[in-house]
Amino acid sequence: MDGFCCSLPLWLIPALPAAGFVVLALVGARLPKRWAAVIGAGSVGLSAAVTPCAASCYLRHPPDGGVRIERLWTWIDVGTFDIGFSLALDALSLVMIFVVTFVGFLIHLYSTEYMADDPGFSRFFAYMNLFVAFMLMLVLADNLFLLYLGWEGVGLCSYLLIGFWYDDPENGRAARKAFVVTRVGDTAMAIALLLIFKHAGTLDIGQAMTWASDNWAVGSGLAVAVAFLLLGGAVGKSAQLPLQVWLPDAMAGPTPVSALIHAATMVTAGVYLIARTHAVFMLAPAAMTAVAVIGAATLLLAGCSALVQTDIKRVLAYSTISQIGYMFLGLGVGAWSAAIFHLMTHSFFKALLFLGAGAVIISLHHEQDIFKMGGLRDRLPTVFWTFLIGSASLAALPLVTAGFYSKDLILWYSWSTEYGSPWLWAAGTVGAFLTALYSFRLVFIVFFGDEKGHVERHPGLRILIPLVVLAVLSVIGGLVETPAMLGHVTLFSDLLDPVLPPAESTVPGHQTEHLLQAVVAAITLVGVFLAFLFYVRRPSIPAALRSSPLGARVCRFWLSGWGFDTLYDRILVRPFVDLARLLRLDPFDGISSTLGRVTAAGNSVLSRTQDGRIRTYVFGIGVGAVIAVTIVVFT
Amino acid sequence: MTVIFYLSSVIALLAAAIAISRRNAFHALLYVVVSLLAVAVTFFSIGAAFAGALEIIVYAGAIIVLFIFVVMMLNLGPQAAGRADGLLTPSMWFGPALLALTLLVELSVILIRATGTGTSDTAVGPREVALSLFGPYAIGVELASFLLLAGLVGAARLGSGARSTGGDR
Amino acid sequence: MTAGIPLEHGLLVAAGLFVIGFIGVLVRRNLLFQLLSIEIMLNAAGMAFVIAGARWGEADGQVLFIFILVMAAAEVAVGLALLLRLSNRFGDLDGDSVSSMRG
Repeated sequence: MDGFCCSLPLWLIPALPAAGFVVLALVGARLPKRWAAVIGAGSVGLSAAVTPCAASCYLRHPPDGGVRIERLWTWIDVGTFDIGFSLALDALSLVMIFVVTFVGFLIHLYSTEYMADDPGFSRFFAYMNLFVAFMLMLVLADNLFLLYLGWEGVGLCSYLLIGFWYDDPENGRAARKAFVVTRVGDTAMAIALLLIFKHAGTLDIGQAMTWASDNWAVGSGLAVAVAFLLLGGAVGKSAQLPLQVWLPDAMAGPTPVSALIHAATMVTAGVYLIARTHAVFMLAPAAMTAVAVIGAATLLLAGCSALVQTDIKRVLAYSTISQIGYMFLGLGVGAWSAAIFHLMTHSFFKALLFLGAGAVIISLHHEQDIFKMGGLRDRLPTVFWTFLIGSASLAALPLVTAGFYSKDLILWYSWSTEYGSPWLWAAGTVGAFLTALYSFRLVFIVFFGDEKGHVERHPGLRILIPLVVLAVLSVIGGLVETPAMLGHVTLFSDLLDPVLPPAESTVPGHQTEHLLQAVVAAITLVGVFLAFLFYVRRPSIPAALRSSPLGARVCRFWLSGWGFDTLYDRILVRPFVDLARLLRLDPFDGISSTLGRVTAAGNSVLSRTQDGRIRTYVFGIGVGAVIAVTIVVFT
Repeated sequence: MTVIFYLSSVIALLAAAIAISRRNAFHALLYVVVSLLAVAVTFFSIGAAFAGALEIIVYAGAIIVLFIFVVMMLNLGPQAAGRADGLLTPSMWFGPALLALTLLVELSVILIRATGTGTSDTAVGPREVALSLFGPYAIGVELASFLLLAGLVGAARLGSGARSTGGDR
Repeated sequence: MTAGIPLEHGLLVAAGLFVIGFIGVLVRRNLLFQLLSIEIMLNAAGMAFVIAGARWGEADGQVLFIFILVMAAAEVAVGLALLLRLSNRFGDLDGDSVSSMRG
């Protein structure tokens, strides 16, 4: 078994979904849906089967330096610019491919039922497979150039899948918005890559990071510039301030897409990027602070917005932005493995929540307004219980959920590491309160109270199995890393230790830690209780808040995502559109077309002299000769 | 000799001027012959006897005779020539006259500016011309013979079809 | 062969002949007269060569005069042949009417 596992090449993992894409793209439209489903989900399933195999081989026979590198072929070789198409497996990649293939497979399985009636069935799976292939390439890339290929590839798939139902122009608009906004970040990232190559002379991640640590002083201008540019790329991809505006609109895509791309995997690529290039960030304290502050600000802003949304998917979208804010907070305080830990647990419970939301949505015949749902607890019991578990994990209900362990770790480090501060901790704690409030608001509104919608169909096994599996993971997924008070399991951080430096707490002893944990747990419970009070016991309280003048204004403000869309529309989109409209008339073409017009006019004048009369020609020759002689004589 | 030069020069200019203003082709041709002969006289007077002889034989003899043949073939009698010639309208004269006058003035300016030097005493006879022609200018002679051949072929080709085809429309 | 005729005077005569020929070409519409005028101009050019040659006592002037003569002969031969063609085709020698180009 072991020998077989180690004989499996690494490239199989991204190649299987890629092969699925090729088959589906070429002949998918002619295949029966059953076959398209088998190929689409099966290719990712095989990939998910190879992954534990590769993991067991990696863990039992750790390669030198903790990295297993497979150079497939030379991609570009020009002078000193040598880019190999090479994959690298280390602990960080291992966690990522585990998340991508495993969650990805569950979502594919779910999609075979969710998308069963869609005419674009095989197209959907082709895009999804392509996405998984690119995502795996992103996390397995050995050099930044290949990483960038995967980075852009997932962006492309995101665009294709948001605009999957392209009949509605609104969906196309959302897809374009996502593509253009992330492009802003990608440009910054491309510049960062160029800077790294110019100075380090290599794009190999390991070499470049070692070079940077050896050659750049802490706080040196170049290191800060590169870190900030990389941060720009991460911010765009992970929908953080100030580029978070695309994610809520990206919910226009099918729900499994939201679960896979816009919750579990692609949007966390920014977190992965920063963790991957942490060596540069550690050289740039300013950038670290920026990461932490962006994370804290984003989690608060998005948490507030999530409180007032009425579309179930938009609630989850803002919640995703908010949770990635936590990961950024973790990265910003140097708690690298804690951030990746939260990335993993988040991908479980957020995928679960999206899939649960999708189950609710199709049960109610594509109803997404939470106020038209309600009382679904008895109608959809499995969905209810799994959704409840997911929400609990999202709200970080103490002890029993995976989200608690990961979020608690981040909050603790945001207080205790050298980059941390009580302010960051306070922001995270307020965010935890908001999270508890909005996640249970969702649960109570959708599953409790009076039944408003009519359940048209009950989800089948292929929807329920992924829900149950993810629910189990959302509970036990946190047990790989527990705080000192609760068994002190450190499997996860031990695994990541060779790749990511462990976070050092500057606070001695465990008293503070225990105290802070208790505070956060209490605040979370208060949040859950308030949600219960507001949305089950006393619905009049939030109604009164909403109808008060100030409350109404705040509500509208938060609903629109703090007015960022309007702001960007005013200062960026509209001036650009106006400029484009102006340039459509080609004012600059006027210069060259005037030249053309003058030439044409000159032609029509001069062509009159071609009248076929010999005397005219002779006269012309004579005039020319006289002019020539005149010049000779009088100069 | 000086007198002869100036006299024949004036005759040459006058005859040429009259030639181009005649309506009758025969008259014009005769004046051209006079002009050419006068030029030949000036050649003699400055010692270029060979050139003068050629002037008489080739120009006045061969070329003008060719013209006369053509005029006879086309039957351009006194009445035919210049039928549509707007010879007398001032607007037709004005531009060319101005142009020609400018040219004349300019040429005169060039010549008057130059320092005055007389012609040399030595007459250049046929011997020197022949030596020079078939010495350094041998290539030029060959080229001239090609030109004549081309003219011959061209004239033969164009002339042969002139009557039979009645144009090539 | 007495000296004393200044070079300039001889050249002036040549220039005069040239200009007269030039006027002829410009003013006359009859192609025959235009050809004739061209002959006068060529003659004037040849005359300039001969006079210049005489000034230096060299044979080159007359050699070039002979070349011009050859050229004039060839030109007249072809030109007159064309003249015959045109006369056949258009029935007259008006240069302005011999034009089928329209600019």
